[in-house]
Amino acid sequence: MLMAHGLAELERGARSELPLLELVGVTKRYQGTTANDGIDLRISEGEIHAVLGENGAGKSTLMKLIFGVVRPDEGTIRWKGTDVSIRNPEHARSLGISMVFQHFTLFETVTVAENIALTVPGSVAEISNRIRQASIEFGLPIEPDALVHSLSIGERQRVEIIRCLLQNPELLILDEPTSVLPPPSVEQLFKTLRALSERGISILYISHKLEEIRSLCHSATILRQGRVTGTVVPAAKTAGELARLMIGKDLPRTKHPPAKAGGAVRLRVDRLSTTDPDPFAVNLDDVSLEVRSGEILGIAGVSGNGQSLLMKLLSGERTLPASRRDAVEMMGESIGHLHAAERRNKGLAFVPEERLGRGAAPSLSLSDNAFLTGHRRGMVGMGLVRNAKRDSFTDACISDLDVRCSGRVAPAASLSGGNLQKFIVGREIYTSPKVLVVSQPTWGIDVNAAAMVRQRLIDLREDGVAILVVSEELEELFEISDRLAVMSKGRLSQAMDGRSVDAEIVGRMMMGMFDQRPQDTHR
Amino acid sequence: MSDALVFVLAGAFATATPLFLAALGELICERSGVFNLSVEGMMSIGAVVAFITVTHTGSHALGMAAGMLAATALSTVFALLTLRLLANQVVSGLAVGLLGLGISAMVGMPYEGAVTTPIQRLHVPILADVPIVGPILFSQDAVVYMSVVLGASAAWFLRRTRAGLTLRVVGENPRSAHSLGLRPTRVRFLAVLFGGAMAGLAGAYASTVLTPLWSQGMIAGRGWIAVALVVFATWRPTRLMVGAYFFGAVSLLDLAVQAIGLGIPSQLMACVPYVSTIAILAIVSSDIARIRLNAPMSLGESYSPAA
Amino acid sequence: MIPLTVEVTRRKSPSRWGMVIVPLLTVVLAVASAAVMFSAYGASPGAVLFGFFVEPLSSAYNLGEVAIKAGPLILIAQGLAIGFRAKVWNVGAEGQLIVGAVAATVVPVYLPDSDSALLLPAMIVLAAAAGMLWAAIAALLRTRFNASEIIVTLMLTEIARQLLYYAVMGPLRDPGGFSFPQSVPFQDAALFPTFGETRANVSILICVAATVSAWIFVTRSFAGFRLLIGGVSPDAARYAGFSQTQAVWVSLLLGGAAAGLAGVGEIAGPLGKLQPILTPGYGYAAIIVAFLGALNPIAIVLAGLFMAVIYVGGDNALATGQIPASAPAVLQSLLLVYYLACAFFVNNDIRVGFVRRVGAQA
Repeated sequence: MLMAHGLAELERGARSELPLLELVGVTKRYQGTTANDGIDLRISEGEIHAVLGENGAGKSTLMKLIFGVVRPDEGTIRWKGTDVSIRNPEHARSLGISMVFQHFTLFETVTVAENIALTVPGSVAEISNRIRQASIEFGLPIEPDALVHSLSIGERQRVEIIRCLLQNPELLILDEPTSVLPPPSVEQLFKTLRALSERGISILYISHKLEEIRSLCHSATILRQGRVTGTVVPAAKTAGELARLMIGKDLPRTKHPPAKAGGAVRLRVDRLSTTDPDPFAVNLDDVSLEVRSGEILGIAGVSGNGQSLLMKLLSGERTLPASRRDAVEMMGESIGHLHAAERRNKGLAFVPEERLGRGAAPSLSLSDNAFLTGHRRGMVGMGLVRNAKRDSFTDACISDLDVRCSGRVAPAASLSGGNLQKFIVGREIYTSPKVLVVSQPTWGIDVNAAAMVRQRLIDLREDGVAILVVSEELEELFEISDRLAVMSKGRLSQAMDGRSVDAEIVGRMMMGMFDQRPQDTHR
Repeated sequence: MSDALVFVLAGAFATATPLFLAALGELICERSGVFNLSVEGMMSIGAVVAFITVTHTGSHALGMAAGMLAATALSTVFALLTLRLLANQVVSGLAVGLLGLGISAMVGMPYEGAVTTPIQRLHVPILADVPIVGPILFSQDAVVYMSVVLGASAAWFLRRTRAGLTLRVVGENPRSAHSLGLRPTRVRFLAVLFGGAMAGLAGAYASTVLTPLWSQGMIAGRGWIAVALVVFATWRPTRLMVGAYFFGAVSLLDLAVQAIGLGIPSQLMACVPYVSTIAILAIVSSDIARIRLNAPMSLGESYSPAA
Repeated sequence: MIPLTVEVTRRKSPSRWGMVIVPLLTVVLAVASAAVMFSAYGASPGAVLFGFFVEPLSSAYNLGEVAIKAGPLILIAQGLAIGFRAKVWNVGAEGQLIVGAVAATVVPVYLPDSDSALLLPAMIVLAAAAGMLWAAIAALLRTRFNASEIIVTLMLTEIARQLLYYAVMGPLRDPGGFSFPQSVPFQDAALFPTFGETRANVSILICVAATVSAWIFVTRSFAGFRLLIGGVSPDAARYAGFSQTQAVWVSLLLGGAAAGLAGVGEIAGPLGKLQPILTPGYGYAAIIVAFLGALNPIAIVLAGLFMAVIYVGGDNALATGQIPASAPAVLQSLLLVYYLACAFFVNNDIRVGFVRRVGAQA
């Protein structure tokens, strides 16, 4: 049914003589690397066209070229048959190109209507009216007078889409739009997108999620290492075929034997609630969890539901008052009031979601960054840094995790996302933790690095370490979790068995519907 | 006793005016995300250039224009350093501030200790003769009234205009603003220049109206107090006005105490504005949630579209 | 429209070549500005430049003068640079210097007849403690009340100045001094011994010790590493559990101690008494020295010497009556402005190219 729908659409697109947008041989180089190499791409009116590729394949560079953020070094961009040089985003918008960014460009301290007024002509009052109309028309409910910081991530995406639609675009670019949505909301988004396509609006849909593209898109251009490896009708291909075009081989899988039962509880959170007056924060509401020795507990959920606060309270980057220290326990000891360094001394390690600027200091060398948390491994003597110990530790991290870099003196900022993540994971593992907390282990990194990181986590679990993983990628959590809990609006569900849990139930729980939860198998 | 009080309150407006003008310029500048520490130096430049102009032309209007121009020129140096050459804002502010203090001392040397004529006060008919309220509110000079209008305009500009909205969002996140096609560097540049012009006007008022004389170091930390006032006002023009007038009254306490004849050492009284700045800064800053809600999020961060 | 494109990209690590070029270019620009500035005052640029930059190095006496000025500048700058690396902005060294000097003066004023060998050490300890105490106010307000240390240290400088005026007019005034606002001249036991014919004195050893300690602290110590991380990447410091509170305290206390020591170096050195004007603004000039020296303990020594040359040259030129007294201050602040501008070229790759048209304009 979906397939037939897609093919019919494609035929309609093929009938119009002129493509709306055409790229011929477009190349973009950055210092030493070719991000896009001779890209050809055609989109017709009303077509939903996917750009498929794994992280680092050159998708975002391509979008920046089309949206005028950067200019191509070679090649031609044609808009409705005419060669154009898109000078900047303003120019792109005036041509009829709009873009919904993956990392939103909304301003938190002003209202929805004011945000939109920045790029759409008209007074704030007029724009408020148009927002109300559009939100009914496209099924995107939103309140124009709301301050953006009070909106959920999903609501913010609606604002971004409405902002684009009010500019009457002919081409709408969406960059990984479903990464911020719970699965049940994805179908609602697709309905909206199909409705737009019916009206003749073309959509460029950037994603690395194969199933989504197969169900939504009429055609797909597949990128690998900056080059086009195929232009296909995705509904006519299997997910495996698409994956091979995308990464050149089958998707790697991790070996994940069942966890040994009966490990001692190493990390416990007991009825943890916060009352942060900060209007930009999501507070935690009665969060409880347990992680045992030799198991991986996964926490699913769309980002922005309190995960980052929970991570900070677990890592010790934020602490609780001494009177509430019992809310976080490690190895049976209350640690809620302890600072990050004190918790690390007791055997905690943590891989944060921001690698550059939090997990590592960008301008400093890998040695210095290894020292950052690895200094406990005998690298300090009489208050002075022992360089030899530090350097051998660094070299071990680099070689053991196959970190591609120009040596231990390379600044952290010079590494690719995947290599830096491998380095940080390696560093934390090498501190021999008893409890490891990992946030978004594979965000934005290529499949090979991701597979390696996941396998390392499982191996570490086999050594008896208690591991907590927070991730936005459900697939990933299903792959590595022994037990799985869901976070929504600052609340955490009870944990379910990670192998038998139903994806649909998890999807509903991500929207805050905790009532259908099955009994926790562990309690 | 009540005469002394009326004297303090009436004088407070004039004393507060240079603080308020300089702080208002800094407020607009900070709302765009730029922390300009060179206010003291810009005020000094404005003060000396205005003083020299008034001495030679006799025109206070020309003097203020010249003072504004000179301080704006100095703020251009700051803007180029921080916005084009991406230098650290704190260090650049100190550097340019010290440069302004040095240049003003050098240019003003031949005029050291000289005096000039003050401007006339405007007596609002009838109202000025009302006892107590009259001398306090309706017998001030034109710049005092103008500064009130400027404060109200700034509040309206930030709240109600599209340009004000642009300024605010650039201050929140210049990167996002750029990706929407706004011009953060240009917006910030203009905000810095406005800050410079206001500091120049403030200095001009200080040296040609409030105390019509020039001496090196006459700004005496008022530029730094202006920077603190912006935090005190939590980046809101209306609260800034309240804060500035409070400080105006505080710095007149010295004179009032002398008039009453209490035997307090003058050095102790001279410390009052500085001590109260510290105290109030500490009280306001300790409300971290309020600061976070009101402070421009990108304050002090360099931004370049290329990065 | 100019048919050129300028592409600027932030370098991941500073260019090594540029690290040599930038200080040179800065100095050349400053010397050129000095020439222009002085000719505007009708002085012959050649003669003034000679007086400014060469004469200070021409005799033992002049070199001693350079050492007298470089000592406090380098000492304070070493203290401040440690804080600046951690992005703790102690800009009130002038006030900490003043308070240190006032505190140290108490010893010779109240023990005028003592010739104990402990007199000078007591003054040194008092000055360092007082400088630290003054800076501690800012540290307390920053860590407990989140109050900007920039504003607080500046305000404290103004307060310190009033404290100095009060001291020299009140409790520490020389009763036999014809009502001049100054203390009694210190006895020999309360003065640093001088070197030979110059006015330079052994307080320079404090500066040398501070430089060596700063070098070890910055390059080798764990504590120095923790402060550095707090400065370059505050989130990484929080992640690793390096306390920001501790960084603020350490930075301000070290800076305050260095400034306090510089204060005793002045009153127990070239001045020999407490007076209302103690320095030509060493506390502020040291900020320039710290940055001109790229916050590096060795480079700070060179920067401090150069700044001292400008002071001495300025005094010489002033004596011949050609240029205004504030010229050195202008020149010194220009140095920092030029340095900040030139640093752009170390931290960025700048490529200039001709505009190529990609396709036709729409």
